[in-house]
Amino acid sequence: MATQMKPGVGPLEYGRRRWLQALFAVTLIVLYVPIFVLIAFSFNQQNRGGVWKGFTLENYPKAWQNQSIYDAMVNSLTIALVTTLIATVIGTMVAVMMWRFRFPLKPAYEAAMGLPIVIPEICMGVALLLFFNSTGLMGFFSAMVWPFNLSTIIIAHIAFCFPFVAIVVRSRLVGFNKQLEEASRDLGANEWQTFWQVLVPYMKPGIIAGALLAFTLSLDDFVITFFTAGPETVTFPVKIYSMVKTGVKYEVNAASTILILITILATVLAMKLQAPEKSGH
Amino acid sequence: MADPIVSVRNVSRRYPGGVTAVDNVSVDIMPNEFFALLGPSGCGKTTLLRMISGLDTPSEGHIFIGGEDMALTPPNKRPTNMVFQSYAVFPHMTVAQNVAYGLKVTGVPADEIKRRVGEGLEQVKLSHLADRKPDQMSGGQRQRVALARALVKRPKVLLLDEPLSALDAKLRDDMRLELTRLQQEVGITFIIVTHDQDEALSMATRIAVMEKGAIRQLATPEELYEHPTSRFVADFIGKVNLFEADVVSQKGKALVCNAKGLGKMNLSSDRECGKQVTIAVRPEKLKLSKTSPKVDGLIKAEARVRDVAYYGDWSEVVVELANGQTVSVNVQNEKRDVNASVTRGEKTYVSWSPTDSLVLTE
Amino acid sequence: MEDWKRNGRAFWTLGSPATFWLVVFFLAPLAYLLVLSFSSKAVIDGQVSVNDYAYLTGIDNYVRTLNPDIISIFLRTLWWSALATIACLLVGYPIAFAICFMPERWRPLALLLIVLPFWINLLIRTYALKTVLGARGLVGGSLNAILEPFGMQADIIGTTPAVIFGLVYVFLPFMILPLYSTIERLDKSYLEASLDLGASQFQTFYKVTLPLTMPGIVTGLILVFIPCLGMFLISDELGGTTSWMIGNVIQSQFGSSNDWPFGSALSFVLMLLTIIVLFIQWYVQNHSKGVGAQ
Repeated sequence: MATQMKPGVGPLEYGRRRWLQALFAVTLIVLYVPIFVLIAFSFNQQNRGGVWKGFTLENYPKAWQNQSIYDAMVNSLTIALVTTLIATVIGTMVAVMMWRFRFPLKPAYEAAMGLPIVIPEICMGVALLLFFNSTGLMGFFSAMVWPFNLSTIIIAHIAFCFPFVAIVVRSRLVGFNKQLEEASRDLGANEWQTFWQVLVPYMKPGIIAGALLAFTLSLDDFVITFFTAGPETVTFPVKIYSMVKTGVKYEVNAASTILILITILATVLAMKLQAPEKSGH
Repeated sequence: MADPIVSVRNVSRRYPGGVTAVDNVSVDIMPNEFFALLGPSGCGKTTLLRMISGLDTPSEGHIFIGGEDMALTPPNKRPTNMVFQSYAVFPHMTVAQNVAYGLKVTGVPADEIKRRVGEGLEQVKLSHLADRKPDQMSGGQRQRVALARALVKRPKVLLLDEPLSALDAKLRDDMRLELTRLQQEVGITFIIVTHDQDEALSMATRIAVMEKGAIRQLATPEELYEHPTSRFVADFIGKVNLFEADVVSQKGKALVCNAKGLGKMNLSSDRECGKQVTIAVRPEKLKLSKTSPKVDGLIKAEARVRDVAYYGDWSEVVVELANGQTVSVNVQNEKRDVNASVTRGEKTYVSWSPTDSLVLTE
Repeated sequence: MEDWKRNGRAFWTLGSPATFWLVVFFLAPLAYLLVLSFSSKAVIDGQVSVNDYAYLTGIDNYVRTLNPDIISIFLRTLWWSALATIACLLVGYPIAFAICFMPERWRPLALLLIVLPFWINLLIRTYALKTVLGARGLVGGSLNAILEPFGMQADIIGTTPAVIFGLVYVFLPFMILPLYSTIERLDKSYLEASLDLGASQFQTFYKVTLPLTMPGIVTGLILVFIPCLGMFLISDELGGTTSWMIGNVIQSQFGSSNDWPFGSALSFVLMLLTIIVLFIQWYVQNHSKGVGAQ
């Protein structure tokens, strides 16, 4: 450590220490270079090989026309949308329930609700695989027409997404002033009206954040999907997995680039939606 | 005269983004002084204190402590210690560990640490709480820990950043006396930062009044109160009535002015006054009377009582002059007369001696 | 908070869908996993059946986890996870620190840049990393170009450092986020007081900053360590067949090896490990005084 000071730099101005700035820069480079290379190669002319052959946009229509990539993408988005819808509703409801009520064995209930978040994904994946197989649900659903053949995956995704929604919404509820509810009742609203007119608008930023979290978690999930997908259904991450195994084509890069864009948009949107609320409290 | 213990030479502190917190300040602080930096928030007083401690660094200029340039000396090597506004008593250490911290990190032998920590806690009357954790203590107690922790280091200069601002009124008075006692006991220089004029006036031997990053006036408490050199200082320290006046003539010290609502008056001033001056009078220098005072040479005006605020030993009477200007007058309630001497709406005369008025040019 | 009995209808309406989902699609599968871990494949007519089981036949599967090969894979998993977690801490702490001391207007952007990759699909990031490190990739290729004149060749993919680097690459944001929020909340005047009292920068860090940010450190360690334990993608893609982690073994039991009862036992052991780690965290958090404990 330096025993002398630089004029004009306070002893706690670590933000202006060169080595910290350098470490920050190097970390960003390491984090982003692989992703940028992947995106860059989605514009590469020669398929496979890892050598830059010149710029092209061809990979994008190719990916679009590649039926299996297209199907996988549609499957992933369908699963994510349905999962988000259901996980957000039941996650929000249970958040309100845990916030509002005292009930026996509450700590145990809360711990059980936290388990899907903390246990390794692979354990949850194989447990669901065993369950769907032994109950015959796997065979039952995979014989159905699209989109019902995605049911096992959607059920699994909801199971690990709704606790996240519940956590986000509940942390929002902590700041709720209960007198608002009382004021609403005092002004003549019944419980149902109070819930919709007072509580739901208050929870809205939390619900939106929870929904976007559920959406990205579902869209990104590989491990649990891998175990709970029927033999015929393929989601986008699973598709990439198999394509990487068999040798890569740049159509995968193109499709990945699109998925990256979707997630970044969702993330930035989530932050935008939450930001004004933060300053308001 | 002795050499200054702290010498601030042309120090400025500019922050990225164009804010100048301290602007070309020079000041000498003498050994054993109880020195106060006084000013409204944002005047740069805390920044100046932090630059003396080394927690902030000047953009320009130099700070000497005990004759040595501190430009390259980090805070941990400086002979200064600080009592923080938030106290910053380490929450993960006991009181004794907190007080021992500064000795331990500089390699003072264990038995000496033990002795000095004992003495230090004795000094702030906290010996019985040595093994407490800070979260089980009151604000006043935590502040004593912060004091002891700084004092056991035996610094040449003790820096106090708004030490009384977080305490309640009663505790504040006790602590004020305590700090003065401690300063005399340990005999080192105290530099205190405060926005409270009473605090500065009652404790300090000298006060630097700061505004917008610069020192406006540096003087003893009495001098600051009776001879402020600017409107800002007159207004900031204590209460004051201000009158705008046109200069009629000036010959040497003799000054003739025409003040709005008061008429012509003869005053004296050491400096060249220009065309316009402000005349300042403290409320306790004013007299009220039912009839026009007959004494010669007084400045006087007819007025109407607008408001009376009763404070027990004294009352503040607000009167309105003919031109609408309001003037505050402090009246001592010397007699046990429940029927107050003045009542609202009453006609009265306000007067004072020209020697009690002050001519301000800035 | 009101008692559930005071408004039973609202309580049940709000709670039952989630409870149903939790019990049927999470707890029941876990219970079945536990049952299967004590079971074995059924023998029908002297033939070992492919997918019929004889339930609750004994602890054979757990005895099998004591096999030296499996034990060594468990140990390797713990060791690599620990290495990756420590590496994340060593890199993440200074970075979280740097972000906290940046000018206020830069902080949200800096944080976003660090966290954004975390939102990108894990598989895509692994694939991207594999491309760059590969023999013809940007990093792997350059390394080989340097080594070629000396008649040497290096393959980064398939090595232990590649796997550990991959884990760090993927989980670093998990470390930085809790550290950032703890350091952000830390009252900087503690650090100033320490410096002012004569402690050096290093002493200040060791005696004040570190103890006061311990809750964030523990949270970060947990958030990285646990997902590392169950990881099989990265060891699969960036490591070779000799660098299996326990996740790979479990995966193979449900794939090529087709031994579900044994796979269940392994999964259960992994879950137990996780719960032990969480218990240690709970214990540390409740027995240390720090910013978060107040």
